[in-house]
Amino acid sequence: MPGLEDLYREIILDHYRSPRNRGELPSPPAHRVEGFNPLCGDEVVVYLVVEGDTLVDIRIAGQGCSISQSSASLMSAAVKGKKIAEVRDLIRTFKAMMSIHEASLGDGEGESGPAGDGDTADVVAVDPDKLGELAALQGVVKFPVRIKCATLSWNALAQGLDEVAAGA
Amino acid sequence: MAAMTGPGGPGGTGDGDGGTGDGGTGDGGTGDGGTGPDRDPISALAPKADFPLLEREVHGRPIVYLDSAASSQHPRPVLDAMEDYYEKSHANVHRGVYALAEEADHRFETARRAVGRFVGAPDPEHEVIFTKNATEAINLVATSWGRANLEPGDAVLLTDMEHHANLVPWLMLAEERGLELRWIPVDDDFRLDLSELDRLLGGVKLVAATAMSNVLGTVTPFDEIAKAAHDAGAVVIADGAQAVPHLRTDVAALGCDFLAFSAHKMLGPTGIGVLWARRELLEAMPPFLGGGGMIRDVRHDGFSPNVLPWKFEAGTPPIAEAVGLHAAVGYLEGLGHDAIARHEEALTAYALDTLRARFGDELRIFGPRSVESRAGVISFAFRDVHPHDLAQVLDQAGVCVRAGHHCAKPLMRRLGVNATARASLYVYNGSDDVDALADAVAEAGTLFG
Repeated sequence: MPGLEDLYREIILDHYRSPRNRGELPSPPAHRVEGFNPLCGDEVVVYLVVEGDTLVDIRIAGQGCSISQSSASLMSAAVKGKKIAEVRDLIRTFKAMMSIHEASLGDGEGESGPAGDGDTADVVAVDPDKLGELAALQGVVKFPVRIKCATLSWNALAQGLDEVAAGA
Repeated sequence: MAAMTGPGGPGGTGDGDGGTGDGGTGDGGTGDGGTGPDRDPISALAPKADFPLLEREVHGRPIVYLDSAASSQHPRPVLDAMEDYYEKSHANVHRGVYALAEEADHRFETARRAVGRFVGAPDPEHEVIFTKNATEAINLVATSWGRANLEPGDAVLLTDMEHHANLVPWLMLAEERGLELRWIPVDDDFRLDLSELDRLLGGVKLVAATAMSNVLGTVTPFDEIAKAAHDAGAVVIADGAQAVPHLRTDVAALGCDFLAFSAHKMLGPTGIGVLWARRELLEAMPPFLGGGGMIRDVRHDGFSPNVLPWKFEAGTPPIAEAVGLHAAVGYLEGLGHDAIARHEEALTAYALDTLRARFGDELRIFGPRSVESRAGVISFAFRDVHPHDLAQVLDQAGVCVRAGHHCAKPLMRRLGVNATARASLYVYNGSDDVDALADAVAEAGTLFG
């Protein structure tokens, strides 16, 4: 349908239909963290296994719309096996992609989410190469209501990493 | 003056038979082979031309507004009445002696009487309280009546199909007072299961129930519940937010002691709701919010409250909104309660038939099968397409439906879903809107495979 191709890219629909790293991990030893969107009732559960400075395994459970689920799936594929520092960098880049465009929507209608000006200031430009398949989610920013769907799992992941770091 | 806000009614636009754009269903079933049911088209009861917003487009498509259960649109007479009030009669109420203030007073109190009459209030001048919305009306009851009358261990009976507005105030009070909450369950046809009602009512002080579900469209047997509740010695509050806009509502027939509803779901403005209550209950209740207007006297060491209804209206009330609500009530009365009921029943039947005929088992409807037990709120799931995705695709076709939990999370858990898509019908909808909905659902099916 015209107008929706930016939102529902083929990669997104593919990850929605065939989510990667779907499932649960025994916790402990895995770290379990929940993300919840009270607006729509969507929930995502992220299981993390961190060994040393590496995110060695990740699983995604929960349920939600195509955007929240595909974003979680794409995220899991992008971060699995990566160094924690790289993962954090990717989280920043992804959220910047969402928030830069959110800010450029102007007219004050954007969500007053966690992505304030301060967040975007330190990431001047989003390098699409760095994002790989994740760039497919860029179209979400044209649909401000759905940005929270796309960032749900990323916020959970960030929280999980913080909790693991604090507990270590 | 009453003429300004009186039942200007629909039809001011000349085509009294609601002939706007019906028959315009010409492209019925975009490429879908026209597999709809063999039904005659149904015109909107209220001419779409009366509703300026319904003339606009979204995403280059004519708007198909199917979210009236969340908030309805406004006919020209409502908009005109509010503008007229602001241009000619605005002043604060209950305070001034000058002519303008008297006019504002008059329009505000005239609105109160008209709104009261609309729900059959025997004594509207004392029994109709203007609030911010239905939610505040219920909070008023929970706070004022609840704190004065409910003791630790007392039981309150709710239903499994309540909106959060008729849940959370009682959950808050239960936490504060140590109340026991009980629940009337929902049966497999999405109606209230009253088989255990007498047992549930044992020792209950208050029953809080909806007269019509905002999720399922179920019209509850409220009079039956109220009678049993009264026999058991309980006081009864009806959440009329959905029922009052659609069903002829009479507080005596309903059998409630309190009735809460909102203007913005019945063609009126946002920012004003109504609490109706039996006068003796209101007389005995302590004030709700404190401030100007609700007092008779204030001293250093205390205050004495005003008489009804102002005892419960602290601060400057929503005056223009009351004027708008008055016009909305007039517009609905111009259409006629019976005509509204007939229209919505026919359109609901058309919608249920259309969705079943076109999508069969792929579209699951959460609501009573029979039109007799329900109204035009249709919650559904389509294949395994998430309601948000469905609503997004529908929006691109200009079709406005709600997706989410509809402020009824306990019911969602009972239904075993996180969210549903919900289309809701009103007087300005016709079968062309239903056809547009079905076409857009079919497009979503194509997109999501």
